[in-house]
Amino acid sequence: MEVLFALVIGTLTASGVYLLLRARTFPVVMGLTLLSYGVNLFLFASGRLSTAQQAILGTADNYSDPLPQALVLTAIVIGFAMTAFVVVLSLRNLADNDDDHVDGCPPVKPANRTQEQEETGK
Amino acid sequence: MNHWLIAPIVLPLVGGILQTFMGYAPIGLRRTLAIATSVLVLAASVVLLSLANDGSYRVYAFGNWQPPFGIVLVLDRLAALMLVVTSVLAVLAHIFSIGGADEGNRQFHTLFLFQIMGLNVAFLTGDLFNLFVAFEILLIASYGLLMHGGGTSRTVPGLHYAALNIVGSAIFLIALGMIYSVTGTLNMADLAIKIPQVTGENLSLIKAGAMMLLVVFGLKAAILPLCFWLPKAYAKATAPVAALFAIMTKVGVYAIIRVYVLMFGENAGELAFLGMDWLFPLALITLSMGVIGALGADNLKTLIAWQVIISVGTLLAPIALGSEAGLSAALFYLLSTTWTVAGLFLVAEMVAIQRGSAGDRIVTAPKMPHRTLLSVLFMVGAVAAAGLPPLSGFFGKVLILKSVEAGPQMAWLWSVLLVGSFLTLIAYSRAGSILFWRTIDGHIKPPEPMKGVVSVSTGALIGLTVVVVAFAGPINEYTEATAAQLFDTSAYTQILTTPVFGGNN
Repeated sequence: MEVLFALVIGTLTASGVYLLLRARTFPVVMGLTLLSYGVNLFLFASGRLSTAQQAILGTADNYSDPLPQALVLTAIVIGFAMTAFVVVLSLRNLADNDDDHVDGCPPVKPANRTQEQEETGK
Repeated sequence: MNHWLIAPIVLPLVGGILQTFMGYAPIGLRRTLAIATSVLVLAASVVLLSLANDGSYRVYAFGNWQPPFGIVLVLDRLAALMLVVTSVLAVLAHIFSIGGADEGNRQFHTLFLFQIMGLNVAFLTGDLFNLFVAFEILLIASYGLLMHGGGTSRTVPGLHYAALNIVGSAIFLIALGMIYSVTGTLNMADLAIKIPQVTGENLSLIKAGAMMLLVVFGLKAAILPLCFWLPKAYAKATAPVAALFAIMTKVGVYAIIRVYVLMFGENAGELAFLGMDWLFPLALITLSMGVIGALGADNLKTLIAWQVIISVGTLLAPIALGSEAGLSAALFYLLSTTWTVAGLFLVAEMVAIQRGSAGDRIVTAPKMPHRTLLSVLFMVGAVAAAGLPPLSGFFGKVLILKSVEAGPQMAWLWSVLLVGSFLTLIAYSRAGSILFWRTIDGHIKPPEPMKGVVSVSTGALIGLTVVVVAFAGPINEYTEATAAQLFDTSAYTQILTTPVFGGNN
């Protein structure tokens, strides 16, 4: 289970970072979302992966740590709010600049200008 | 348990919530209530400063949970100092904002008060996860404040700022997860005890977590590879917001002091002084980069935004060297530079209003009205920022220079700081002489008359640099005591054994 869990976190984080580095706001928002999923799972794992154990000390040899779940819950709420804010900000960017590039306008080299315009349909 | 500790958090919280529901109330009422809240926060901070000055630690445990099980607020000299710096700055920037900058968004005062609350939580908390929450409160308020005032020019810097800080928060959480998985606690005092006991393979986990924390705090403080978001964002923000943001980078510096002196200080065994060998060269490069940026700035606000980066470099270099004298000098400089830079942002806004279409761009323009007052304010601010005698920046820099022991580090710090100060001076002289002395014939559309609150608050913030010099003796004694208290980490960890309930603390 540990290997699978680690692979899931790794894949989520790697895809998140890849998408974050894209130049359009939609992939960036998706990247931030995937990154926060990866982080939430990571935090959850900091209490160790174990099943069928109680969250109370003293009545069994092993116990499952309930605190990471509280931390994850806080992180989810905050991450959700932040993502919602970035979505609104991206829409504002699109409305203000008529372009969904993260810098407001794509850096166009003179030689590639026509090609770039065809690709983005502008 | 002392209930004063919660006052700097509850007051802006209640004030902010009130403002939320008052979006359509008359603006005079909203302004009065908002300023009253800021002033009350200042009063509470001053009370806390007088309490903290006896050198003991005061704990406020939420729900009477004995630390490390519950979340605690801890008041010591450093926290009280940061609270007072913040609230003095906040009151003056807030007064500036009622000169007209708060119009255009009904929730300006809400955001401003929540920002103050986030800052105060960050300074008072004794728990790493709570520090994360505090960062998020102040960040979400700052996203809103950065966008305040409308205009399309703020959208792109705002987007960059938000995206970068969300990634920063993700890294913060990963670091917290790593540290928690090894130590089983996130209470700062408990961590200070548990981290030296970590051995074996867990050591590298803690090391990785701690270095990631340094990255997050470095992003907040804007040290070199992570500082390029700052000039654009600060230069585009509304003046009182930019002034309040002068304290935001200092939150990163505060977090570095708190975490690395307490948990990774000299008692941390194998992890002692972790990351500080990286921080020293980075701080000096940040300082140089800031100077280059200031020399190349083409408008006044960008120049001052680079000054923020210069001060961060200057602050972190002595902190990274880890001496008590260096820390005390850095705190003195922090006090002076935060107020000066904030004052300069306000001056830049006043200049921009008077110059019509030329704005704050460093170009020749027709003679502006109120030139004498503005040029005097700018000169006092620039002299303090560049570190010329007789103003407070000079004393801060002298203390920093004196605090280094002889050796290669001294050679590096002295040369970078002194050459950097000289070049900063050139940048300010260039900007000042073009703005105020070199004028062309022509007429500018007469600007709106200068408002009393605007000039008074700007004058007060710039004038604080003189006040800091006048009280340099007591302030220096206080920062020395603060540094001594910070290095005595065993006193901090005693808050774990002090009963929170029934005691007389």
